[in-house]
Amino acid sequence: MSDWPILSTITFLPLIGAAFILFIRGDKETVARNARHLALWTSVVTFGLSLLLIAYFDISTADFQYVESVPWLSDYNIGYHLGIDGISIFFLLLTTFLIPICILASWDAIKDRVREFMVAFLIMETLVVGVFSSLDFLMFYIFFEGLLIPMYLIIGIWGGSRRVYSALKFFLYTLVGSVLFLIAILWIYLEVGTTDIPTIMQYNFSPEVQIWLWLAMFASFAVKVPMWPFHTWLPDAHVEAPTAGSVILAGVLLKMGGYGFLRFSLPMLPEASEFFTPLIFTLSAIGIIYTSLVALMQKDMKKLIAYSSVAHMGIVTIGLFTFNQQGIEGGIFQMLSHGIVSAALFLCVGVVYDRVHTREISAYGGVVGRMPVYAVTFLVFTLASIGLPGTSGFIGEMLVFVGIFKVNTWIALLALTGIILGAAYMLWLYRRIIFGELTKENLKSMRDMNWREISIFVPLIALALLMGIYPSPFLSVLHTSVENLLIQINPDTTTEVLSSIDIHSIFNPATNIDK
Amino acid sequence: MALYVLPIFLPLIGSLISGVLCRKLSDRQAQVITCLLMGTSAALSIVIFHNVILDGNIQQIKLFDWISSGSFYVDWSIRIDELTAVMMFVVTSVSFLVHIYSIGYMSHDAHIPRFFSYLSLFTFFMLALVTSDNFLQLFFGWEGVGLASYLLIGFWFKKPTANAAAIKAFVVNRVGDFGFALGILAIFLTFDSVSYDIVFNAAPDISGTNFVFLGHSFDVLTVICILLFVGAMGKSAQFLLHTWLLDAMEGPTPVSALIHAATMVTAGVFMVARCSPIFEFAPIALSVVTFFGATTAIFAATVALTQNDIKRVIAYSTCSQLGYMFFACGVSAYSAGIFHLTTHAFFKALLFLGSGAVIHAMSDEQDMRKMGGIWKMIPLTYVMMWIGSLALAGVPFFSGFFSKDIILESAFAAETGLGQYAFWLGILAAALTALYSWRLIILTFHGKPRADEKVMAHVHESPKTMTIPLVLLALGAILSGYFLLPMVSEYHDFWGTSILVLPEHSALHDAHHVAFWVKALPTIAAVIGIGLAYYLYMFRPDLPPKIAKTFRPLYLFSYNKWYFDELYNYCFIKPAKYLGYGLWKQGDKALIDGIGPDGMANAAVHIAKRAIKLQSGYVYHYAFAMLVGLAAVITWFLFSRS
Repeated sequence: MSDWPILSTITFLPLIGAAFILFIRGDKETVARNARHLALWTSVVTFGLSLLLIAYFDISTADFQYVESVPWLSDYNIGYHLGIDGISIFFLLLTTFLIPICILASWDAIKDRVREFMVAFLIMETLVVGVFSSLDFLMFYIFFEGLLIPMYLIIGIWGGSRRVYSALKFFLYTLVGSVLFLIAILWIYLEVGTTDIPTIMQYNFSPEVQIWLWLAMFASFAVKVPMWPFHTWLPDAHVEAPTAGSVILAGVLLKMGGYGFLRFSLPMLPEASEFFTPLIFTLSAIGIIYTSLVALMQKDMKKLIAYSSVAHMGIVTIGLFTFNQQGIEGGIFQMLSHGIVSAALFLCVGVVYDRVHTREISAYGGVVGRMPVYAVTFLVFTLASIGLPGTSGFIGEMLVFVGIFKVNTWIALLALTGIILGAAYMLWLYRRIIFGELTKENLKSMRDMNWREISIFVPLIALALLMGIYPSPFLSVLHTSVENLLIQINPDTTTEVLSSIDIHSIFNPATNIDK
Repeated sequence: MALYVLPIFLPLIGSLISGVLCRKLSDRQAQVITCLLMGTSAALSIVIFHNVILDGNIQQIKLFDWISSGSFYVDWSIRIDELTAVMMFVVTSVSFLVHIYSIGYMSHDAHIPRFFSYLSLFTFFMLALVTSDNFLQLFFGWEGVGLASYLLIGFWFKKPTANAAAIKAFVVNRVGDFGFALGILAIFLTFDSVSYDIVFNAAPDISGTNFVFLGHSFDVLTVICILLFVGAMGKSAQFLLHTWLLDAMEGPTPVSALIHAATMVTAGVFMVARCSPIFEFAPIALSVVTFFGATTAIFAATVALTQNDIKRVIAYSTCSQLGYMFFACGVSAYSAGIFHLTTHAFFKALLFLGSGAVIHAMSDEQDMRKMGGIWKMIPLTYVMMWIGSLALAGVPFFSGFFSKDIILESAFAAETGLGQYAFWLGILAAALTALYSWRLIILTFHGKPRADEKVMAHVHESPKTMTIPLVLLALGAILSGYFLLPMVSEYHDFWGTSILVLPEHSALHDAHHVAFWVKALPTIAAVIGIGLAYYLYMFRPDLPPKIAKTFRPLYLFSYNKWYFDELYNYCFIKPAKYLGYGLWKQGDKALIDGIGPDGMANAAVHIAKRAIKLQSGYVYHYAFAMLVGLAAVITWFLFSRS
């Protein structure tokens, strides 16, 4: 196992597939058909290979595994360095899992420039996998920023009517943050003398430097998450993106902000992270309530789900900054769950959009009469999004709430209002689309999902339920790495001591316990 | 072990088979499968009841890990003790009878497999709720029954009112769950565990400890119990969070009987009884429970008086009876609460299913103003409704008599201000209960027929699948009070360790020794109520409209359910929509986009346009600019030198 550069293989296999697609020759139909099949098989093989990662993963260590390190610009201490730990492995798997689903979802929906679309998607897969496996800041930044290009093209070329505005908005928003992130990277390089991430994790920045670095990184990650009030690009991007674009945007790209906080802000800049925790909590709590209320009033299905994404990601950021095991594991779990559930919800929108070609909620109603299987599928993900116990959504939310309640009961209270509003907007959406009398003429000829569509949803449903009923296998992979992260944040103490500190700060013996 | 696990999962299996294969199975197959599995589950539950209550064979079975993160550890496990055994018996037996009844009642429906799938699914979640061994699994069952209730209320998905009612039920319950979830979080923070055993054993030591919640220092157990009770208020439709129950009557009648009368709505009472080891150390929380219970009992009774829809009268009656159960718990007479829960499950399911038989006979008419004069045509149903009403009103020797009396006596014996509040409101509510019950019977069955001829010609007794469950439930409504009396007897240790009552909370014990007038008062109240109903609706039917006219504001207040729906609409729903719209249009569009991306883009364009203007192409413009620049540089140079 150890000799074979499996991470590089997984990272660059899609790129090779993309190159082959470019060489396809023939008439338009042949090219489209072959491009679809080649893209699907490439992504399936990539997913299969990435399963090997989890099969041979050692959950007892927090060290990076499958490490590949090659000197690259050795004079400048910049290297080609890949590796994954318990935190990044799931993001990588989520990516390789969702890409074949995206390709299947675009099978009939994308009719023009199929080859270019598939190439863009496979290049994007390479870049996303690269983001989650890079252990060098320069590589990370190249992947992180490179991603914008295929995504920009996917929205701008295959998108809806206002695609250019949305694509530009998406691009500019993220670019502004990224520029500041680049400055942070340069600063770190000048101070530490290397871009190697594990080395930088060991380095102690002075508090003043940390504050500036943290803010620069925050600018980038907060846009990516997105946190309120940097979220307004997301609804527009989702609305205009093709289904597969929305899926990958919600499923994976949003996770890069949270991953950035986890990988860089928390372990490298612990003091600054602690200093800015009130800011994160406040923005997240406002975001949850604000975007939930806005979601309530949306008339466009995709916009509604996009706003709900912002609310769910608010729970994630709260969890990551609780600095305790439940909160951080809950935040990560919530990201994974959201990656599956919101991706599936966008796929659900795609299914009816392909038939009726509108996202207007009021254009639907009574769909269950024609599409019972679809109604059940949509219901499962609606409930998972609401966070019903037994679905993946519940586990992440509950752990985050457990974590935040230890730290700040006010924020816990505010964040919990999201579960009421979430139920309201999702069930209302479901009712307006699925239930009621089937009166609209163009809906009367709708067909229920075909086998291709069902096969897309089956693995998603299975995962959403498995992660809700038996999440232990997932959580156990996280434990060691999260414990290690907590030690990095607070180097003098172990996690056990950490949790007792949390309790003591609340049960302060001097002031609070008067028995 | 299989004996203890099977009854919980058999309904789930039935639900999955009939749900997944709903288009492959015939209606009959789906009915047979779900009913057989449900019947087996009910039979096993009786065996369990026997094992646990008579042989004291308590079980805790761990199934597998659920969540583990640091010290937060939860597993899937089953706890079967006395309290669970009683609840399992109630849930499975009523559920089985409702399954059978539904074969007849839903026979004309187009979605029979789906209906039975939902019913069995509900039963599974309810069993998961009562057999849970920790608070998180309780929450699983809790939300699960909420889901099943949502699906069943909205079963007729083409009816807009049914859809609205389903969402309302779920969302109002979520408001309760909001409190419940906070309670669970506070439990974990305090006890570092959510397992019953650990929490209940540690409660006495934690008692009296304060913790900081929302910036203030509170007694920790009081906060936990009140938060948990907020959850119970949602699920059990207590005052302030009751609004969903009435709308829930949009669902099919068997659903109303099973979920919104016999089982799900009593989950809150069960939870409070289950948590008695914590509530006992939180006297303030107990007072809150008493207050809300008593208030609900009287509030719902006053509303039930004026409703015209037969199901809505019974729904408010349920709400009122749940109030009784809660104030029983509030005065530490938990076992009296559970006793009433059990008897109520039988007679209220009987009343609902009986009213279903009436609705069935009247060609789906639910308005009592369009009924009347049918008692000779459906005598069996008529008798069943009498039995149910007699039990509900607490007429001697029917089950409600035993359970309601012991609750009222306990409230009196508690010798607290709130106990007296609960006692007197309870007595008044008992009179009102009898009044609205016989109002229902008389309006429905007696007097001149008010339905049109076509309907009247069609009035018929229900099929056997509907009447046999009615008869069995009627037996329960008559006998359960007598047979289950050991639940509250001072000579039996019926509950073992499943319910904790501190020695100083001796209301239930003292209830057996109250003065005779206290024991007689509930019966007298019931008799007065029945007499009044006969006088007003049988002998002087001209009086009620006159009374309504004379006291019109009062009548409207009651008829409109104290205007809670309007109040909530005005206070919560409209502001939420208004805020949502405002934040979207003003916040996102105008403010954030206006200053952020769009504003910057516009500014860039604007500046660029100005820059373009500078490039005029005229040499003298450029020369002038150069001169100005030169002058500025020289000026700066001179001044900085000096």
